[in-house]
Amino acid sequence: MSARRRRDPLARIPRAVLVPGAIAFLLLVGPLVALLARAPWAHLGDLLAGDTVLPALGLSLGTAAASTGCCVLLGVPLAVVLSGADGWPGPLRRLVRALVITPLVLPPVVGGIALLLLLGRTGLLGGPLFQATGVQIPFSTAAVVVAQTFVGLPFLVLGVEGALRGVDRRFAVAATTLGAGPWTRFVRVTLPLAAPGVAAGAVLAFARAIGEFGATVTFAGSLPKVTQTLPIAAYLALNSDPEAAIAISVVLMVVAVAVLVSLRDHWLQGIGR
Amino acid sequence: MSGLDAELRVERDGFVLDARLVVPAHRVVALMGRNGAGKSTAVAAIAGLLPLDGGRVVVDGEVLEDVASGRVVPPERRPIGVVQQQSALFPHLTVAANVAFGLRTQGRSRSAARAEAHRLLTDAGLADLADRRPSAVSGGQAARVALVRTLARSPRLVLLDEPLAAIDAELRPALRDAIRAQLRAFAGSALLVTHDVRDAEALADEVVVIDRGRVLQQGSLASLRAAPAAPIVSRLLDGATD
Amino acid sequence: MTRRLPALAAVAALAALALAGCAQDLPAASGAPSSSPSPSLGGGITVDAAASLNEVFPKLAASFQQEHPGTTITFNFGGSSTLAASIVSGATVDVFAAASTKTMRTVQDASLTAGDPVVIARNELEIAVPPGNPGRITGLADFGDAAKTVVVCDRTVPCGAAATQVFDLAKVAPKPDSYEPDVTSVLTKVEGNEADAGLVYVTDVRAAGSKVEGIPFPEADEAVTAYPIAPLKGSRNAALAGAWVAYVQAHEADLRAAGFLAPR
Repeated sequence: MSARRRRDPLARIPRAVLVPGAIAFLLLVGPLVALLARAPWAHLGDLLAGDTVLPALGLSLGTAAASTGCCVLLGVPLAVVLSGADGWPGPLRRLVRALVITPLVLPPVVGGIALLLLLGRTGLLGGPLFQATGVQIPFSTAAVVVAQTFVGLPFLVLGVEGALRGVDRRFAVAATTLGAGPWTRFVRVTLPLAAPGVAAGAVLAFARAIGEFGATVTFAGSLPKVTQTLPIAAYLALNSDPEAAIAISVVLMVVAVAVLVSLRDHWLQGIGR
Repeated sequence: MSGLDAELRVERDGFVLDARLVVPAHRVVALMGRNGAGKSTAVAAIAGLLPLDGGRVVVDGEVLEDVASGRVVPPERRPIGVVQQQSALFPHLTVAANVAFGLRTQGRSRSAARAEAHRLLTDAGLADLADRRPSAVSGGQAARVALVRTLARSPRLVLLDEPLAAIDAELRPALRDAIRAQLRAFAGSALLVTHDVRDAEALADEVVVIDRGRVLQQGSLASLRAAPAAPIVSRLLDGATD
Repeated sequence: MTRRLPALAAVAALAALALAGCAQDLPAASGAPSSSPSPSLGGGITVDAAASLNEVFPKLAASFQQEHPGTTITFNFGGSSTLAASIVSGATVDVFAAASTKTMRTVQDASLTAGDPVVIARNELEIAVPPGNPGRITGLADFGDAAKTVVVCDRTVPCGAAATQVFDLAKVAPKPDSYEPDVTSVLTKVEGNEADAGLVYVTDVRAAGSKVEGIPFPEADEAVTAYPIAPLKGSRNAALAGAWVAYVQAHEADLRAAGFLAPR
């Protein structure tokens, strides 16, 4: 073997991508750097010690974890249905997929209004619920979880569907001819092989939930310790105390970065071998 | 009637498979043909992975699929084992757990399945692989494990789809010997798909040659060599194709 | 020998242009105010204004632009505090109209106003309830009733500060279900009948038409909020900015027609 180590020729990238790539990176990172540069480091502790930030952080982490759980419990089955939808008529399949992705492109506030129209106390489903039981979903912590699940589900469904499709058909054939029915095949073979995709989708859904503002404030409102999550606290602080808003934003950023750094490369690439 | 008796009619994307395949009880029949002759389609149809457009599949007298009567036994409930070209061991399970997989689906307890898997691997001389992941075994070892995994369920018929095609040429003779030993200990019938006459010579009692979805000739290797029904038969048996 | 612009600079310049395009559609500057009564006026300005002005200001702007052809007034309506924060952070804005003198003061304190702010109108709070008043709200005291679903503005925005003031005056300990970030979202909750009542401005009740009903209460008169307007120092079209401020002052009656109280 040659002692001289050469770079993999296929790992070289075309030079033309360097400049726009660098601009893209600066556009993404620049605002964050500015935020850190302007952060009131000297009295960051005082700003965060008030009775607003810690409850909001706890609420954000708790609701984001709960909504991520909901995303996994509901999104994985939906992804399974979609990944098996090849036999459906083309227009139906495209329509269903488009509807699943729509929350991604909907302005979050509009999503919040849509949730009110469905689950509010005069909503399509919320109305009968309120009439029958007196239970109203808006203004509750459950509403925060619903809003976050609404915006996070598309990430999970798309990620898991891609991972399920990436599972080699020969493993499904092997499982079936070894006597596994659809359920056993899914639980013991397909799902474990798609697990990296599920984990990646869950992390993205969690990150999206942590940052959720518009749908939450519209659908759930903003009450400290109940519905006031960290992004809402940051937005309200901006009105009275921009320094506190920056301090809260730094906390949000740290949480988001910590979550995303935990996403290992191969989780994003699915199950390549 | 024991063994396999399959009348297969499958139409798919312009290709038509229309063949009767018979494997006598306890015999190994090599299914030979060029690429695209319909070998893999036949395997999928017999296993129940591809619905028949006509005909029937009978194994040891049990009707598994019959288009005329509408009877269809789903693939996971057929007494048929399949070894695929790429051994398709589950990458997230150890070798022993791979072998135990098909025992668990037969309703055995986790511990009973695991003990049986270890016993079968030991019998096949593969005991030291038991706790490895498939990524840590060679292609030849994976092929043997895949056969152990399939035979563990004691199917009445096993379908082997080019089990040696993905193996380096110099390793094939040894692997053929190993597979022959495994098949010899097996009580059921076997259909071996191959385009390599050396596989047929080493493993099969009979050969059936198909081309363009139709059976050209069936019989012992010697009788086919003596009187090939078509030029493609002699070319296949001379090992001169592909 | 021609010098070529280095590729990096060219791409950076293009990217900057593209970003500017993303950020806002700059009003096209027109340089031909031929028949205008004050020929010096032209071009465009951006006006940041409290959300409650979003009915009356566009109407005034339409007549202003008719009188001064070739001028363009672009509005950016929002919560006063949010707008003030963005102005203080360096947003390029020509005129600011706030819903409270306190909010205007944050801009003044940053020395960003050109001249003293002028109060153009005042506003006071009113209880907004869904049509038919399904929660049977009768007055401010209902905001202290935990069984009712009520929403108010957060204390950090002017309508919330005013709300705190009236609750203190009425000696009511409010138990709202939500502190909303601006008056619009309070109104959204009431209009959608998600809340039995919300505390908003008289003008908001008026603008919402039949979608809400207003319930006045005596303490509102004690917590009147003023709407100051001021041209800003960073303006690139100070003449137009000043003209617009003067125009609004001169048309104070239009503001009153929209439900605002007179400045004094």
